[in-house]
Amino acid sequence: MSEEQVTVAQIPDISLQFEGRVVKDTRAGYSGFIVGAEHLLDVVQTLRDELGFDYLSSVTGVDYLPEGKMEVVYHLYRSIGGPALVFKVQVPRDEAVVPSLYHIFKSADWQEREAWDLMGIRFVGHPDLRRILTWEGFAGHPLRKDWKEPYFEEETKPYKSRWPEGITGYIEDNNPYHDNLQYPAGFDPETWIPQAEEALYASAQKIGRDKELHTDTVVVNLGPQHPSTHGVFRMVAALDGEQVVFLKPVVGYLHRNHEKIGERNTYLQNMPFTDRLDYVSSMSNNFGYALAVEKLMGIKPPERADYIRVMMAELTRWMNHVFSFGFLWNDLGSYFTPMIYALEERELILDIFEAVSGSRMMCNYFRFGGVARDLPEGVLNKVKELVFERMPRQLDAIDKMLSTNEIVRNRCIGCGVLTAEQAINNGASGPNLRASGVPYDIRRADPYSIYDRLDFDVVVHYHGDVYDRYLTRLDEARQSNRILQQVVRDIPEGPIMTGKPAYQVRVPAGEAYGRVEAPKGELGFYIVSTGKPNPWRYHVRAPSFINLTSLEDMCRGGKIADVVLNLGAIDIVLGEVDR
Amino acid sequence: MSDETIQSSNYEIPPEMQGTVSITSLDKVYAWSRKNSMWPMMFGLACCAIEMIVLAASRFDIARFGMEVMRPSPRQSDFLIVSGTVTKKMVPQIVRLYNQMPEPKYVVSMGACASGGGPFKEGYSVVSGIDKYIPVDVYIPGCPPTPQALLNGLIALTKKVDKERIKTSEWYAKGSEAAVPVPVLGPDLMDPRKYALIYEQTHRPIEPEIPAETEQKEG
Ligand code: SF4
Repeated sequence: MSEEQVTVAQIPDISLQFEGRVVKDTRAGYSGFIVGAEHLLDVVQTLRDELGFDYLSSVTGVDYLPEGKMEVVYHLYRSIGGPALVFKVQVPRDEAVVPSLYHIFKSADWQEREAWDLMGIRFVGHPDLRRILTWEGFAGHPLRKDWKEPYFEEETKPYKSRWPEGITGYIEDNNPYHDNLQYPAGFDPETWIPQAEEALYASAQKIGRDKELHTDTVVVNLGPQHPSTHGVFRMVAALDGEQVVFLKPVVGYLHRNHEKIGERNTYLQNMPFTDRLDYVSSMSNNFGYALAVEKLMGIKPPERADYIRVMMAELTRWMNHVFSFGFLWNDLGSYFTPMIYALEERELILDIFEAVSGSRMMCNYFRFGGVARDLPEGVLNKVKELVFERMPRQLDAIDKMLSTNEIVRNRCIGCGVLTAEQAINNGASGPNLRASGVPYDIRRADPYSIYDRLDFDVVVHYHGDVYDRYLTRLDEARQSNRILQQVVRDIPEGPIMTGKPAYQVRVPAGEAYGRVEAPKGELGFYIVSTGKPNPWRYHVRAPSFINLTSLEDMCRGGKIADVVLNLGAIDIVLGEVDR
Repeated sequence: MSDETIQSSNYEIPPEMQGTVSITSLDKVYAWSRKNSMWPMMFGLACCAIEMIVLAASRFDIARFGMEVMRPSPRQSDFLIVSGTVTKKMVPQIVRLYNQMPEPKYVVSMGACASGGGPFKEGYSVVSGIDKYIPVDVYIPGCPPTPQALLNGLIALTKKVDKERIKTSEWYAKGSEAAVPVPVLGPDLMDPRKYALIYEQTHRPIEPEIPAETEQKEG
């Protein structure tokens, strides 16, 4: 980030304040600080309570195998805006134990579980350190650099078998089971006792035991195949009558090893994979990833490319929000008819995506330093038509149909309330955060691309309930419309790419965190490069994943029927939750 | 409905009754009514599921083929669209759902992932195609397949159904198929049918690794 772009405040040099406990990270290409593991809790507590860094956005691990070190990387923000305070904790690889931040920031909950699951970093003090994306009993921690998957061929791509020789064959043939399977030596399947989910159910059944009047709680399992869960998502709820007293989401049913594959891929090869994260809004994912890599490479796209990018990102946002209204209706029980309204609008935007990128859903449109192709003829006019006429009109129609609808109001107002403190502490982002009265929008708080030039308002609502989440999305779609109108008016002519398009980009060693305000919230990509053609670490801070931390807070005390509504109003996409 | 496809040609129908009466065989009318009312199970797995939803909306509209009734319950469905990446964590549920479907039942594998692992095939928790566990009737390529492609696949399925005859159909044969054993999650996914193989492999004496060169396969 360049100096003149600082928006709220400079990052204080905490190595002075916490002398002896914190040192600067001086590795070339790295920034931030290194905190001693034993001081972590003190330092973070002070950062939160005294320096105002109250929003823990991302926690992840990096396995520095050659140095024998495991590093945990934290990105901390102020909820009033500004750049990140990055700090790291380094521990030995074979004894990776770090204090848990769970009790200071609830947003660490799932992220620490993920780091435990995939990297084997044990967080002391975490009350529920179970595996999250794989299952209990899974052999090993797959993101460790020395862990090999059953179809392992080589450390990095392009694999010698494919390029330059191009040998054709089935990867299955290299595996003794002719399948994507491997078992530890000496393992006997007959004696295996599935470690199913005792831990999960046990905690659900404990609830309500110690009440004076003994009433039974019922444990209900929703999903992973359930019409309301928007994909393969599962919840375990304990009910007292109809009231939810306990709720735990269970995820990982769509864990597709995005990060492991990403670390084997070359940089450009990852671009199409990002499409498949939040598959409803693939363009935004491209955006985040391109920004992160561009930060590392130190390049900027030309003007026209920036405008095209913002145009695509805002069209995506508009489409995503309208889609979410369709789902809202669905979850309210008005099955599918409203969805058809939403899909009709979506088709029109998909037509534009198809025209520019060649694919309806999986656009793979952004490149480092620009976009893949220029806008084909006629597209701009089509977009103009949409943004000046159809889109505002349709939003008004939706507004008229939904906002004053009695059922919508009765069901949504006061349902699933999340206070501002909870939202910040849980690391909620996007419309979920802004509906709780926190005007935090990365496009303003930490501007990227050309957003600092565009005229739009950060939408905020204050009740933090489902209805406000809906209103936030509605108003945001209006703001997107406003941005789009400016973009199509001002888009300049010119090149769409800095430098020549290349299959293999040169990325200097270092780390970068690129984040965008995706329709679902803060989408961040944390990338560590060693100067090789492949990223050493590739981590996705997925908004849907972290927003789900708030689900229990929203549902506890409410009725079971509202769980469905709350889940819908968070607006998750499982591709992004499970990655 | 077109009379020509269902009418058997061997019978004369008096002119005054043409258009109201058809004479046909039981087989034909049975297949005809079945293929025009195939109910999919509503079951979304991943990105492909979005295109499946789109198929039900106005632009593509599977109601034209009598398929618009999507039921989330396996009990009321004729076929299962496996729409997306099948992960090891999810496969036991899919097999269970398949077992719960009433016969005759069909499986459509939608997209690269469900058919063979797709872009995520190399991942450690992705199943290389659902056909490793349950039988598949129609494969649809694409990532994701466009709604048109999906529609084409579904039409192929109706054609298959149309060709079935009560006498020869496997569904009505004696001793119908046993349920597919549900895989178990262990250190990795375990298919109960393969326990012996797993045991054999994990108890092999460890041989010194010979750096096996990948050799060009013939054919
Ligand atoms: S085939 Fe492609 S679009 Fe379909 S689920 Fe797999 S990755 Fe997603």
